[in-house]
Amino acid sequence: MYQNQILLAIDWILFTEKLVLIIVVVMVSLFVAMYSTYAERKVAAFMQDRIGPNRAGPFGILQPMADGLKLFFKEEIVPNFSSKFLFILGPILAMLTAIMVSAVIPWGDKLFIFGREVTLQIADINIGILYIFGVVSLGVYGIMIGGWASNNKFSLLGAMRAASQIISYELALGITLIALLMITGTLSLNEMVAQQKDNLWNIFLQPLGFLIFLICAFAETNRTPFDLPEAENELMGGYHAEYSSMKLGFYLFAEYVNMFLSGAVMTTLYFGGYDIPFVNDANLVHIIGQNWVTIIEGGVFFIKICLFIFFFMWVRWTVPRFRYDQLMNLGWKILLPLALFNMLVTGALILLRQNHWHF
Amino acid sequence: MEITQILFWFLSALALFGAIGVVASKNPIYSVLCLIIVFFAISGHYVLMNAQFLAIVNIIVYAGAIMVLFLFVIMLMNLNAETEPMKNVYMKLAGVISGLTLMIVLVAALSHSDSANTLMRPGTSVGLTENLGKALFNQYVVPFEISSVLFLSAMVGAILIGKKDVVKNRI
Repeated sequence: MYQNQILLAIDWILFTEKLVLIIVVVMVSLFVAMYSTYAERKVAAFMQDRIGPNRAGPFGILQPMADGLKLFFKEEIVPNFSSKFLFILGPILAMLTAIMVSAVIPWGDKLFIFGREVTLQIADINIGILYIFGVVSLGVYGIMIGGWASNNKFSLLGAMRAASQIISYELALGITLIALLMITGTLSLNEMVAQQKDNLWNIFLQPLGFLIFLICAFAETNRTPFDLPEAENELMGGYHAEYSSMKLGFYLFAEYVNMFLSGAVMTTLYFGGYDIPFVNDANLVHIIGQNWVTIIEGGVFFIKICLFIFFFMWVRWTVPRFRYDQLMNLGWKILLPLALFNMLVTGALILLRQNHWHF
Repeated sequence: MEITQILFWFLSALALFGAIGVVASKNPIYSVLCLIIVFFAISGHYVLMNAQFLAIVNIIVYAGAIMVLFLFVIMLMNLNAETEPMKNVYMKLAGVISGLTLMIVLVAALSHSDSANTLMRPGTSVGLTENLGKALFNQYVVPFEISSVLFLSAMVGAILIGKKDVVKNRI
């Protein structure tokens, strides 16, 4: 055939398929993040016996749009002495690392469209969980660079707090993941979900591990009780004190995207992913067909994530913020030893089971 | 050109530009950011060699942890372009000469090496998690454990140095 067709030998159908999937996933993440801000205010109002936003549209349902428009039309201010390139890079990195997690999460089983089998996962790489861990560990750069480039003592303090907090809690997170990996024996998220479909969910095998993972997820997403990097009453906004307009919007948005995707990760790892509870999915496929099952599974996955988001908000409006030394003590002296203990017990039990419960 | 080849040249160029940026930029913060770019480029090379585990561990350990600590220290020390001490010409000359010497040593070592060692083989699966784990825990288990003990002792040493004053006061 023609020379320039051989030049780039890409499977264009696969390429389009993945591109569409990426756009859909990113759009859904952003949409959920947008409505999380609305949900957060409604939940806060509910907890504090108020009404919450109710002016824009019925039940205030257009409030996030109004907020977004407001952020777009605000004046952009770049502080005079800041490094302009880094100042702009900060929010970009925060958003990028937040969204990159969505690439390896299996959002559902496979669909059959025009005779093609479409997997609802952007990239089924066999190091999926390590990829997530890597991206999460990069998430601190957005905050650090932004906080430093603001050239403001409070911003710098917020950035420092964020960095040390995220590094401290990453350790416990990683060791918890080791215990989980010992049980599943795979790093691929797709296979983990497949295992949980047929057997028990991992939460029943790793209750302590899940608890540690949950606490670390709170710390990694900078949510209350771990929102010291942006503690308003001490740091007047923390690392984003100097930001305005949509750059500030990106930081605030990245937090909600993080919340959504960490909910998705926890669901995938511990709550069976897109598995429909109490139903044998394989039987259901025979009754109503693969496509419908996949759509229902996607919906179930979404409901599970929404429950997690609600939990994040619930905690935010009930638990007060930690003091900084308490935060460090919890991370290093309680969670890390607990995670190690969890890993040891898991390893011992697996060995015993391989030995048919004889010492 | 095939896609892997294009990627190879792109990543190589990225790594080289990043490495030059580390040395050339005045502001230490930019140096660290350039170093992070280098690590990403190297990780890309690992992926091209089908060593996904190495690639992601490289990102987690170097870009995700060590570089964050570098950035942390530099930000706390608040090194700006203005406060940077002037280096004299002889120091720069010495740096260039030693750098070039190292390059000659590396190039000589590579050019005299067996071609099987230097050739990039895309079809291998040595770098996959399972194979790497088996190699580490069967063939190389003793060096692996010794290096982990080394890391542990380094950690204990760091804590000891950090707590020096407290120990003195008690005695």
